[in-house]
Amino acid sequence: MMRRAFSINRHLAQRLGFTFITLMAIATVLPIVATVIYILVKGLPAISLEFLTGFPHDGMRAGGILPAIIGTLYLTIGTAIFSVPLGIAAAIYLSEYAADTPLTRTIRIAIINLAGIPSVVYGLFGLGLFVLFLNFGTSILAASLTLSIMTLPVIISTAEESLRAVPQAFRTVSISLGATRWQTIRRIVLKEALPGILTGVILGLERAAGETAPILFTGAAFFLPRLPGSPFDATMALPYHLFVISTQVPEMPIRIQYGTALVLLVFVLTMNLIATVIRSRARAKRQW
Amino acid sequence: MEKSLNWYEFIITRLIKASGYSAILFVALIFFFLVREGIPTFGEVESTSLLNIRWYPIEDRFGILPLITGSIMVTFGAALIAVPFGIGTAIYISEIAPRWVREILKPLVELLGGLPSVVLGFLGILVLSPFLRVFLDLPTGLTAFTGSLLLGGIAVPTVVSVAEDALDAVPRAYREGAWALGATRWQTIWRVTLPAARSGVLTAIMLGIGRAIGETMAVMMVTGNAPVLATQLGSLFSPVRTMTATIAAEMGEVASGSTHYHVLFFIGMVLFLISLGVNIAASSVVFRAKKRAERILS
Repeated sequence: MMRRAFSINRHLAQRLGFTFITLMAIATVLPIVATVIYILVKGLPAISLEFLTGFPHDGMRAGGILPAIIGTLYLTIGTAIFSVPLGIAAAIYLSEYAADTPLTRTIRIAIINLAGIPSVVYGLFGLGLFVLFLNFGTSILAASLTLSIMTLPVIISTAEESLRAVPQAFRTVSISLGATRWQTIRRIVLKEALPGILTGVILGLERAAGETAPILFTGAAFFLPRLPGSPFDATMALPYHLFVISTQVPEMPIRIQYGTALVLLVFVLTMNLIATVIRSRARAKRQW
Repeated sequence: MEKSLNWYEFIITRLIKASGYSAILFVALIFFFLVREGIPTFGEVESTSLLNIRWYPIEDRFGILPLITGSIMVTFGAALIAVPFGIGTAIYISEIAPRWVREILKPLVELLGGLPSVVLGFLGILVLSPFLRVFLDLPTGLTAFTGSLLLGGIAVPTVVSVAEDALDAVPRAYREGAWALGATRWQTIWRVTLPAARSGVLTAIMLGIGRAIGETMAVMMVTGNAPVLATQLGSLFSPVRTMTATIAAEMGEVASGSTHYHVLFFIGMVLFLISLGVNIAASSVVFRAKKRAERILS
């Protein structure tokens, strides 16, 4: 009798506990969904051809956000140019060449630390090194370089993970067929790991595209009457623009604010979606 | 042919090695530039006035104490939210949820990690803070508490993904052993799986806190930006200003090379050292746990 009551208690505890944890998970996820839907609903009325292809005017209270969209595109591409080759090469080193030495461990700790440095500190660093010391000025170049270093740890760690997932046998066979180490890496390992690497790259660039703090003093412009003409020009950018119009411009029409937030969200979510699709398709196709 | 191939291979290998070392170079460069611009602070501002309670740069008052307490308070509040919800969600995803739910939840949490903080700050201004002002009957909705709520949300994905990895890494045999002894799944989670994943969960908490301390835009937008020393718990419901927000808000307006400029870099240096400490502590926990696992296995 006693024992029976005890076991009912145990199962009751489990049921209560599971319900509680489930509710917690729902409470965590629901706001995410709500946020996205809310911005979608509030922002859609602002979207028009003029909004997407026009320049802002009347102190940014009217018109479009084209320069901010183009600017974010430029910054994302600029970040990719520096961080993708460097990040993938570093991942290849860690997965294919490095032995487990103190130096390798130092590299790993450095990567972990790079990932943890606050984004605004990256901004300070970019200001100190690229803008002032190397004299690039507040420019797309300086901002892209700053964002690249911030993105690097994401790319390195995801790329290394997918390189390591390629079975050792693939390498052994390739080497035994007479291929050199680099040929093996390029034609076999990289090819097999490509979807995973791509996912990491896109997720890293997604973060870079949405960041404001690192470009605040390295390349972002409050307002520009025309598109940037060279990498040494400053640029408007979607996240910075959203920050400006939601905090610095008085009497800003709410519709344009939500519209800008929506465009930024779509920009970022599209990248996220592409990454997720690549990953799940690669997983489904994988035979090893 | 043979020779040129060797040269090609040699150069590529060197390039790859150099890229591998680049991470160390970048951390060193970041530290160097923060120190280079931040150290002059000590020559220009007396250390007693640095620890003063007044941050008022226009009158050359550079007391960073209120900024530090601001950061600590907002981060502490964020941790109170992110830790239970993050670990709860991780437990749900890894131990309770059916497979199809997991396949939906994981990308969703990742999505939250990818949402730009400026978008969350924007919603914080327009939705969260007006709601809190009315709901809690405060003079302003832009408070440390608002910042904590948002930051909690921002730190959750970090906590979830690291904690979930740790739970996932617990061998299935541990759970099966517990079930075979008659434990319910709930008891197994609390008495077997979670303790076994302890170090990973600890890492998750630390990294989540690190993420919260460093967050800039969302915090700057919703905490009201008042550099007031927090002395009691009630300060949670008044405006504060964090270290990150101070840098972001003021660096754009200072002349490079001025005292104010140097102090802002000094704050950046403090932030860098905090994140360095958090991350080294977090990774040493992981290393220690690995060593223990190796000891058990050998």
